[in-house]
Amino acid sequence: MAAPLPTPGVGPSPEQEPAGACASCALAPSSARLARLGLAPGRYDHVVALAGNPNTGKSTVFNALTGLRQHVGNWAGKTVARAEGGFSYGGTAYRIVDLPGTYSLLSTSTDEDVARDVLLFGRPDVVVVVVDATRLERNLPLVLQIRQITGRVVVALNLVDEARRHGITVDTRHLTRELGVPVVATAARRNEGLPELLAAIAQVATTDDPPKPLRLIHHDPALERAVADLAAQVEARFPGVPNSRWVALRLLEGDAGIEEAVRSGTLGELATPREAA
Amino acid sequence: MTDLLDEAARLRRGLSDDVGDRVVESLYTDAARIAGTSVDRDDARARLTVDRALDRVLTHRVWGFVAMGVLFFGVFWFTIAGAAVPSDLLYVLLVENGHAWLRGIFDAVGSPWWLTGLLVDGVYLATAWVVAVMLPPMAIFFPLFTLLEDFGYLPRVAFNLDRLFARSGAHGKQALTMMMGYGCNAAGVTATRIIDSRRERLIAIITNNFSICNGRWPTLILMGTIFVGAVVPPALAGFVAAGSVVAVVIVGIGVTLAVSWSLSRTVLRGESSVYSLELPPYRPPQIWRTLYTSIIDRTLKVLRRALVMAAPAGAVIWLIGNVHLGDASVAAHLVTALSPLGWVIGLNGVILLAYLVAVPANEIIIPTIVMLTLTLGANTLGAAPGVMLELGDDAQIGTVLVTAGGWTLLTAVNLMLFTLLHNPCSTTVLTIWHETRSVRWTTLATLLPLGLGFAVCALTAGVARLLGWA
Amino acid sequence: MTLDELPRGQRAVVTALDLRGGERRRLMDLGLLPGAAIRADMTSPLGDPTAYEVRGALVVLRRGQARTVHVEAGCSGES
Ligand SMILES: Nc1nc2c(ncn2[C@@H]2O[C@H](COP(=O)(O)OP(=O)(O)OP(=O)(O)O)[C@@H](O)[C@H]2O)c(=O)[nH]1
Ligand SMILES: [Mg+2]
Repeated sequence: MAAPLPTPGVGPSPEQEPAGACASCALAPSSARLARLGLAPGRYDHVVALAGNPNTGKSTVFNALTGLRQHVGNWAGKTVARAEGGFSYGGTAYRIVDLPGTYSLLSTSTDEDVARDVLLFGRPDVVVVVVDATRLERNLPLVLQIRQITGRVVVALNLVDEARRHGITVDTRHLTRELGVPVVATAARRNEGLPELLAAIAQVATTDDPPKPLRLIHHDPALERAVADLAAQVEARFPGVPNSRWVALRLLEGDAGIEEAVRSGTLGELATPREAA
Repeated sequence: MTDLLDEAARLRRGLSDDVGDRVVESLYTDAARIAGTSVDRDDARARLTVDRALDRVLTHRVWGFVAMGVLFFGVFWFTIAGAAVPSDLLYVLLVENGHAWLRGIFDAVGSPWWLTGLLVDGVYLATAWVVAVMLPPMAIFFPLFTLLEDFGYLPRVAFNLDRLFARSGAHGKQALTMMMGYGCNAAGVTATRIIDSRRERLIAIITNNFSICNGRWPTLILMGTIFVGAVVPPALAGFVAAGSVVAVVIVGIGVTLAVSWSLSRTVLRGESSVYSLELPPYRPPQIWRTLYTSIIDRTLKVLRRALVMAAPAGAVIWLIGNVHLGDASVAAHLVTALSPLGWVIGLNGVILLAYLVAVPANEIIIPTIVMLTLTLGANTLGAAPGVMLELGDDAQIGTVLVTAGGWTLLTAVNLMLFTLLHNPCSTTVLTIWHETRSVRWTTLATLLPLGLGFAVCALTAGVARLLGWA
Repeated sequence: MTLDELPRGQRAVVTALDLRGGERRRLMDLGLLPGAAIRADMTSPLGDPTAYEVRGALVVLRRGQARTVHVEAGCSGES
């Protein structure tokens, strides 16, 4: 906790003293460029959202990056409201949002709604999906769902220390290829892999050409027709919505949250171009 | 806008109704394929043998409950035993010396008596009391509880107790939100967001008040120590005191279950929803980080809140004790008016008045009671107010409550029960409103525990008097 | 047979879910889909619920819910 503060980043001066100074030694060389800004900085260039299944270490990653002390606990459902913080890396200021864990974007409970609303309507520049390396199969459906709405994704394959103990190894290169987005192995509790995670976040945040959202493929011709039909209308109604097919499918399923977004016009906000706040 | 929704509805009718299921299934098919090609399991041990062995004990038919009892009893015992010395130290430092010192300064600069009274005997003393009473137990309780949480034990408790919750029509995760309530009820109420169904969530919200929060632990600990622990030989006092606190916690769990049961059979009737608890792997807690975080964040944050509440309460206490209407102080009038009701429920007028003053925060109950007892008692005894305000330790508080306040064991036991069963603090009430957006449920959540408190205390008082115990 | 009949320690494969709507979705979110390998791991000391190992996680189901999950026993192997 009390390691000396490395050369501060060139980012905007923090409004708040960083709560935990910086990097313990594991972060050493390349993270000399990380400055934890504690509470959300007044000015920031990019918004990063932390999503993932419950109990995968999102809040731990959040704390490691911001120097804050968001509560962590070893049970699913510890975080039930969003928390915000900031860090600066490579001269760029980031606002980062810690979200409640969620099993899927087809949510039903209030904490999951919080996460979903940020992912769908908060227009983050980067979504870091924190996944549990020991339970990859359980975690991937959410990654895939998020990939269906955006290409600006970094997968943090967390808890690799536990995976090692269990005799599990994950081929991150293969996973990167399959998902079409960077996958970084981390052990957030020991600050392992954070420099690489930061580099990946910076790369995705600044790229002008993010990967396309995954296309939903349905093998059911009737469904495919309905989705195509409705997607065209969604696009006519809200030009520029990033993934009209996804929205169309949600509407076909009668998703109350998306219906509300249509009714209130919030969906249109997805379409307006991103701007650095 | 709605044309789009109508169109969606029209198209939906042309599809089979398991569209969503098939989409999820295809997600899992993809996930399984990708996981299959990227994960390599050396030796397909799904769960570590250590985890399994631990679970065998911690969820064992007999040992599971023994372990639960030992762990929770241990937490309280450590809290009570560990807090005694630092608490006494803080009394001496803040209440005795600090108060005298500050009074000296005020006298030296020639401040008028009422200003000294308001600021030193009111605001400062209440604040000092709260620090002395609250800081040590919290600084011990929070880290210990967080260690259990970090280890992954809480979901096991939910697993062990689930059948009781199921029988009461409560959601399985209510055990988790209940345990969050042991830290702070407002946090416990927010934690109920993990419960899907509104009905079960409301039950969890309304019953969260029966988890003793950090603001109420000190009252229980103090009562347990100076009244219950005092009736046994000194060697056993610590255990008996801890036992009495645990007993109140268990009564709290019982009340939680009973109230959940009644609610789910009356105003909140309905099907129980799907329960999806996950048992995480055990993880070695990060001891130093936990200590640091709990003390810096939770303890100091809660303490700051207590102080913010205590300072104005101190002023109020001093004012009602020193502003006179006719022949007696406002406090004396109020106490006289509340006394009959206090007698019926086995408490007294001072305690009820303290609860009125302490509506904003439970943390200040004990200081309020003691200060009111002293102020009024001192007046009755003819001593100058402020003279007897300086007390050394728990035993002296006990003496004062017995001699000046006329307390008995029944008073202490009923105060412990009333601590469990009364309205939630103002922050919790606000949180309940925020989470439910309903005046109706907020009112119910506020008044139901209070009504129960009156009923239960009147019952114990009646029985005790009938049997000649009090 | 249904999941609640699966003896402790025994493996099986999920064949179907008898639930609808949000409840079905919850179980599917937890990985309980047709084809998933499942193992009854341990039962609560009070006799109910039971924790099942599915896709590497320990998921707790009450008996009533386990009864809605159809499984085919005897299949070994992880998913
Ligand atoms: N061994 C190990 N444990 C970790 C790591 N990251 C997080 N943890 C632990 O995993 C547990 C969950 O961490 P959190 O950060 O609270 O997880 P979360 O994803 O925010 O959880 P929710 O808020 O419930 O969704 C805690 O006990 C952490 O200490 C890691 O890299 N290695
Ligand atoms: Mg969290």
